[in-house]
Parts: sequence; structure tokens; C-alpha cells
Amino acid sequence: MDLALNVLEIIENDPKIDISEIASLTGRSDREIRDCIGELEMDGTIRKYKTVIDWDKVNNGFVYAVIEIKVSLERETGYNVVADRISRFPDVRSVRLISGDHDLSLTVRGKSMKEVAFFVAEKIATLPQVQSTATHFVLKTYKEDGVLLREPEHAHRLSIVP
Amino acid sequence: MRISDVVRSVPPSGIRRFFDLANQLPEAISLGVGEPDFVTPWHIREACIHALETGHTSYTTNQGLPELRHEIAKAFCRDYSVDYDPDDEILVTTGVSEGIDLVVRSILNRGDEVIIAEPCYVSYKPTVLFAGGSPVTVATDLKNDFRVTADQIKEKITEKTRAIMINYPNNPTGATMGKKDLEEIADVAIDYDLLIISDEIYDKLTYDGKHISFSSLNGMKENTIVFNGFSKSHAMTGLRIGYALGNSEIIGAMTKIHQYTMLCSPITSQMAAIDALRNGDVEMEKMVREYDRRRHLIISGLNKIGLDCFWGKGAFYVFPSIVGTGMTSGEFAERLLLEKGVAVVPGDVFGDSGAGFLRCSYAASRDDIKEALLRMEEFLASMKRVVQYNVA
Repeated sequence: MDLALNVLEIIENDPKIDISEIASLTGRSDREIRDCIGELEMDGTIRKYKTVIDWDKVNNGFVYAVIEIKVSLERETGYNVVADRISRFPDVRSVRLISGDHDLSLTVRGKSMKEVAFFVAEKIATLPQVQSTATHFVLKTYKEDGVLLREPEHAHRLSIVP
Repeated sequence: MRISDVVRSVPPSGIRRFFDLANQLPEAISLGVGEPDFVTPWHIREACIHALETGHTSYTTNQGLPELRHEIAKAFCRDYSVDYDPDDEILVTTGVSEGIDLVVRSILNRGDEVIIAEPCYVSYKPTVLFAGGSPVTVATDLKNDFRVTADQIKEKITEKTRAIMINYPNNPTGATMGKKDLEEIADVAIDYDLLIISDEIYDKLTYDGKHISFSSLNGMKENTIVFNGFSKSHAMTGLRIGYALGNSEIIGAMTKIHQYTMLCSPITSQMAAIDALRNGDVEMEKMVREYDRRRHLIISGLNKIGLDCFWGKGAFYVFPSIVGTGMTSGEFAERLLLEKGVAVVPGDVFGDSGAGFLRCSYAASRDDIKEALLRMEEFLASMKRVVQYNVA
């Protein structure tokens, strides 16, 4: 298996893992792994090391909403201009161009429903390219970034099986 | 009640007491399990649920659902470029173990011999004995990375020999065979008109190279019965579903026994297997990549703590030598379990040539493998202290 792909798959699931452990999992030297990761960071393949947190377990956690947006495109500018403008707000956690009834789908995070609602009304809906918005508050998250937000399941096995 | 001579003639497994002991200590870290630690991928479980919801709870044809046989033929042709006719060259079995029982019962007359490469899975010899046959073992060893050679097999051939039973990638050693190794054995099989019984249940778990199916060798389709299933590749052990591929005469004979004894494999498992073949590659490949990482972790770890271990390229087992410790495999495994809470399987469970070795499975989480290696290192260090103390 290609070393870079192997390393990416390992650190995507466990960004805290030691270089030396990646080396023993892949049968390479520490230096080779350090160089490989360095290169992936340099060329932007690795954007950020992230933690998946179940904010519902924290008091005063966050409120999330999925916002669907219809935009009108101006001559000579595509979706990228409006998407870029929206992306710059730190409250906006993700921005995606989607197919279907709407054009963009955002995830917005705030301290309260009121804060999110006002943010959308004041900062997003008022952008000249934005025709309409539909806000869906997230009530419960079951899975985030491929991680189930509940106790993991284990295979039930005997201790010894020939 | 009188128990039959055949059943009485098969000795009870000497290791039963150890297995019972280990299974009473569920908190022990186990490297002793011959099944994946992954739960069956969800899409396959969903297929089981759907099968039940839609009332698929009946018998199927004896040979297995035509759709499943068709998918098996398609996948085998894709992987090994060998065509099997779903109508009469494929039998769906309740796991590979049933299939092996069927083939030996189909071909053996009383006293006929089957050559078996050892160390091997625990059921092979008893299955031959139950069928009235006589198992003749060939010992493989570390010097040859536990590969069986054509010369070793040739030495054991008599006029009663009917078949050669091999299993690569191998349980318990993790050994694999190269094309040349297999071709030499194929030549022997053709020269002496012997059937190859090839258990290829671990074919997908081959690292550093690609598995070669015995039946894909020149002229060997007619002389080989290939066994495979879904237990290891798709983590479906408890669903008990496998298959046999071979010439229509032997598959027909096996089907005759199967129809009167098993009737058919459970339909839920058959439907799950269809889904595994149609949609299971991505999850399977992900599991294989993870096994390969653990393989590196455990082999380098064992060698580092002083338990010599060859670089097996298949299955999810490693087979370190404990000869240097002066203990038998059984003593080592029992003391390691009781003193350090780590379960492994003594190598001699798999035949005499496994004496002096342990089977460690890396179908265990990385954390468990790392912790087990630490405890094994402590265990070895404590033994050295005892030896030094005794010498002093």
C-alpha cells in the first residue's frame, strides 16, 4: 500500500498517534514517516488535526444549524465568490455547494438558537447574492465525521478460539 | 450408551483444560482468537435484517441460492480467472469446516490416506478420521517459513493416498506459498492422481503480494477442491457460511451428503453473503489494511522482546518461537495467562510440529497488542530473573 495513503488513513483516525508507532505499523523508519507527514502538511493535503467532540456532553455547549441557501449568480462570478464570503465568518463551520433545490449548504454554530438565527438574518440573508435561506436547527447529532456519538460496539468473542 | 469406535478413537483435545481456563478469564487480553475482532460490516447485518423482515426464513435449494452461487462464480473469476459453473461446480456450505467434512466423506474409503501439512487447523485430522480415513501429516518448519514442499509430500505418498490437504495463508503460522511452491505440489498431485483439498479461507488476508488459488494453476481446476467463505474476509464467523468449488462429480457427491445432513445453509446467512460479495469490498479492504498494520506492530514487537518470529504474509496469525525459554508451549501459555493475563494458543495444539511455538492472533485492537507485548516482555524478564537466581 502507498505509504502516504497508509499514513493518512492512520492519522485521520488517530491524530495523536506517535511517529514511532506509525513507523512500526507501516514497517518504515521514524525519519521516513516524519518526512512523509511533513510533505503532506506542506502541500496542504493535511489541512488540520481535528478532534471530534460530543458537545452535548458539555454544559453550555453549542447550538448547530444547517442553513440551505439559494443564490443568484452575477455575470462573470460563479458560486466561488459568495461561498468565499460566507466561509470567512468563524460562526460558519462548513460550506458546501450542493445539487437540488438549494445551492449552498452551511453548518453554523452559535451559543444559542437566538444567536444563530440573528447571525443568519443579519449576516447571511443580507448578502446581495443570497435570494433565500432555510434554517434547520440540529436537535441531536448521532454521527459526526464518521464517528458514532455513542458507546462503540465490540464483537462478543470467546477468549480462545482455534 | 455405546459410543462408536471411530468417535472414541479420536483423542480429546489435550488443550481443552487450557481453553476452558482462558475462557473463564474474560478480563485477560486475548491474542488467542481465531476470528476477526471487527463486527460484521453494517451493510451485511442490514442485509440479514432485511432478509428476516421480508420473510426469508425458508429452506433454499441444497446447493445454495442460485444468486449466491452466481456471485461466487463471478467473484472467483474476477480474482483468479477460473470459471466455475454455478449449476454444478459450486456448493454453498455451512462454513468451510462442513465443506471439508463433505469432501473427505465423498472421496475416502476406509483406510484411505490424506496427506496434511502441519501445523494445521485443529479440525482437519479428526474430520479425516471421522470419515474412516487415515491422516498422514507432513511437518513444516521455521527453516522453510512453514511452507510445505513437494518433496516432503512425495515421501509420504503410498498406494492408499487419495488427497493432499493444505491451507495457505495458514492458520496457525501465517505462512503463504509462492507460485513455484504450489506448482511443484501440483505436479505431484497430477503424477499420482491425487486430489488437492485447498482451504483458502484466508485468501483475502494476504499482505505483500497476491494470493494464488490452487485451482488457478495450469491443469489444476479438475484436481482441486477450493474452500472459502466469509468468516475471515467479512468478519462473519457466527453466520457460518462458506462454499466449495470443484469438478461437478465431486461437488455432486458432496451435495448428496449435504442434502441429507445439512439440507441447506441458513438462508439469512446466504443473503448476507450475497450482499458481502456485491457491496463488501470497501469494508473488507479497510479491515485488511488494518490487519497489515497490526502485523507489522506485532512481528516487530515480538522480535524486539526476544521471541523470534518470521514475517508471515497472511491470515492474522504470527507464530513466535519460545524454544529459548526452556518451557513447553503449553507451560508458557498457561503461565502467561495466569501470571500476566495474556491469552495465546500453544503451537502444539495445531500438531506436533507446532511444539515450541505460540500462535498469537493480531485480530485484536492495537492497544491490546501493545499491552500484550509489554506484559510478555515483563513475563520473559521475570523468567530470566528466576533463571539467574537459580544459577546463583
